[in-house]
Amino acid sequence: MNTTALELLKAAFPDAPCTASVDAVVLTVQPAQLESTLARLKNDPALNFGLLLDVTAVDYLEYPEQQEARFAVVYTLRNWEKNMVVQVRVPVVDPEAGIPSATPFWASANWGEREAYDQYGVRFQGHPDLRRILNHWQFQGHPLRKDYAIHQGQICYETDSLEKEIRARLANNGVDQTLMDDINTEIMYLNLGPSHPATHGAIRILTALDGETILANVNEIGYLHRGFEKTAENRTYNQVIPLTDRLNYCSALMNNIAYAKAVESWLGIEITERAKFMRVILAEFFRVQDHLVCLAANLVDMGGLTNYWYLYNEKEASYDFISRLTGARLTSSFTRIGGMYRDFYEGWEADMEKQLRDIEKGTNDSLKLVLKNRIVHDRTQNVCVMPADLALSYGFTGPCLRASGIPFDLRKDNPYYHYDTFDFTIPVGSKGDIYDRIVIRYEEIFQSISIIRQAMKRIPKGPVTIRDNHVTLPPKAEIYKNIEGLAGHFKLVFDGIQVPAGEWYDSFEAANGELGFYFVSDGSGRPYKCKVRPPCFYMMGGFHEMIEGQMIADAVINLGSINIIGGELDR
Amino acid sequence: MALGLEASLGDSVLTTKVDAVINWGRQYSLWPFVFGTACCAIEFMSAAASQLDISRWGAEVVRFSPRQADLLLVCGTISYKQAPVLKQIYEQMPEPKWVVAMGACASSGGIYDNYCTVQGVDTIIPVDVYISGCPPRPEAVLDALMKIQDQIKGETVLNDRHKDFKGILD
Repeated sequence: MNTTALELLKAAFPDAPCTASVDAVVLTVQPAQLESTLARLKNDPALNFGLLLDVTAVDYLEYPEQQEARFAVVYTLRNWEKNMVVQVRVPVVDPEAGIPSATPFWASANWGEREAYDQYGVRFQGHPDLRRILNHWQFQGHPLRKDYAIHQGQICYETDSLEKEIRARLANNGVDQTLMDDINTEIMYLNLGPSHPATHGAIRILTALDGETILANVNEIGYLHRGFEKTAENRTYNQVIPLTDRLNYCSALMNNIAYAKAVESWLGIEITERAKFMRVILAEFFRVQDHLVCLAANLVDMGGLTNYWYLYNEKEASYDFISRLTGARLTSSFTRIGGMYRDFYEGWEADMEKQLRDIEKGTNDSLKLVLKNRIVHDRTQNVCVMPADLALSYGFTGPCLRASGIPFDLRKDNPYYHYDTFDFTIPVGSKGDIYDRIVIRYEEIFQSISIIRQAMKRIPKGPVTIRDNHVTLPPKAEIYKNIEGLAGHFKLVFDGIQVPAGEWYDSFEAANGELGFYFVSDGSGRPYKCKVRPPCFYMMGGFHEMIEGQMIADAVINLGSINIIGGELDR
Repeated sequence: MALGLEASLGDSVLTTKVDAVINWGRQYSLWPFVFGTACCAIEFMSAAASQLDISRWGAEVVRFSPRQADLLLVCGTISYKQAPVLKQIYEQMPEPKWVVAMGACASSGGIYDNYCTVQGVDTIIPVDVYISGCPPRPEAVLDALMKIQDQIKGETVLNDRHKDFKGILD
């Protein structure tokens, strides 16, 4: 619990109810005071909440405890320098009338509020572009409302043309017909995606071109929206773990860990020392995997296919280690709330060490091709620059924010699992161009390998799960031999872990940035609401700022450099 | 030793059936179009990479234009938003064409039994081979490829395939 933040905010907003929840401070304000509160949180130098992490809404229709209004909108803000998180809760009596938009303060509110509108039907007054984002444009109703049946699918017959949006963007950039007549040219509209080799998934990038230069860009996402949040509401807490695998499927185990950590933080569970070290080792190993895939794919886009073999072969070899450990290659589901599914196998250290050496070799081989390569330099340096202030405003986190020169990393700034005792550095870029984003990922691979080696030396012996019959399954011997064990097993499997009622946010430094989970619990074994704060969703929201004015080929490699993963982007 | 007609034509001429020779050609030169949307696409990357090497079955020429491909691999979840795109891509492929639904999501919606996920791509386009798994191992992709090859062996060039298919978007 962050007591300084709580005192600071209580002093700053004496009239608003202010409580602490895990690491965050929750501030409840009425819609009339929302704008002034947000403005103060952003602009007051003592508060300085420069990062709008997430926007979501809650539908209290079936919540057992009576609330002020059926809906509430929650803004999650972060002061990255002082490690403070505040959640501003606004009760919404009339979703049609809505509440004032936060877009004047943070650019990330644009996509965040669009999602809240799409999923819950809460309007935001003054929002420049309030339309659906995850669901298709022919969709009726708002799926995350509690009275929307989960199975009620709606067929989409054609794709949105986005004509209005691209014209608005052109006008915003000062391109109109007179200008086009002056320079005697015509705008060409070009769609990249939703099925295109350069999009690494399903994203639609609509560009308006003058020659090869991008005049305006509008992006459409949601092609891989698979209802993570609605499905999670119908599962027990442990049953959600396989769903988290499929968020960022390049580093599945990291999502498992982030999710388990978020639930444990509310339950007040302290996992065993061995489990903490296991989580550090595996999280860093998967960070390496994620960066390998990102770099491999990005360099292929640039024409450097050899790098793909050097980097991807190491990933492929790592799959063998991962499947020996977890039984699966990609989707491991290896954590449980209260620890890990099982311990490392005998002799894992030698396998891991061999894997790390191979990865170092592959990465160094690839670096030899990249670091002094004139073509790579020309294509990436000073291209698609994201300045630090804009990156913060768009809610960038992780390697892409650090590339812009902001040294924010949760492992350093809000350490968990003994990260404060490991010796590692956070690489920071100077420019925020594609080159910085690529090189930071290379350097983070080496830093993560160093953390893994340190953790392997320090990992203690002992159990990997806590023994608490309300949280973890009892050992098999107890289940078969005594009735308490059997009953405990039955209750946990059918009813799930009983999580006390409340709302909380917890976050984790994933490979792509801050991966947060916001939960609302009604005291039962299933989350009443489970919202993911996906790092690449907000980076995609700022994509147009990076590529407008650049060439079409730069847009392709820029997309690779911010590492968009569809599962996490669209959930 | 040649018998019948071949005996009188000498060494330079072989007789066969049109079906047999065309199907033989089609079997070993499938050009896949990878409609990769999610996790399964990562496993397809592994099937194509050097360890498993899909070119051993003659299907390594991955095309990114549907007009140049004859094998559609649907790798990943298809949402209702994605469905018209998939259908359009299928229609752009020239005949004859085959479809593989890779993984639980493409085959049946998988664990995503909800408002946004199509419950199997066979509700939109005809599917020839399904691969189970979430995601399937890359070896399973190779297995599916061999099943398609077996299927091609038994087909005839005179009949159109899937002419009367009606999906939810038709």
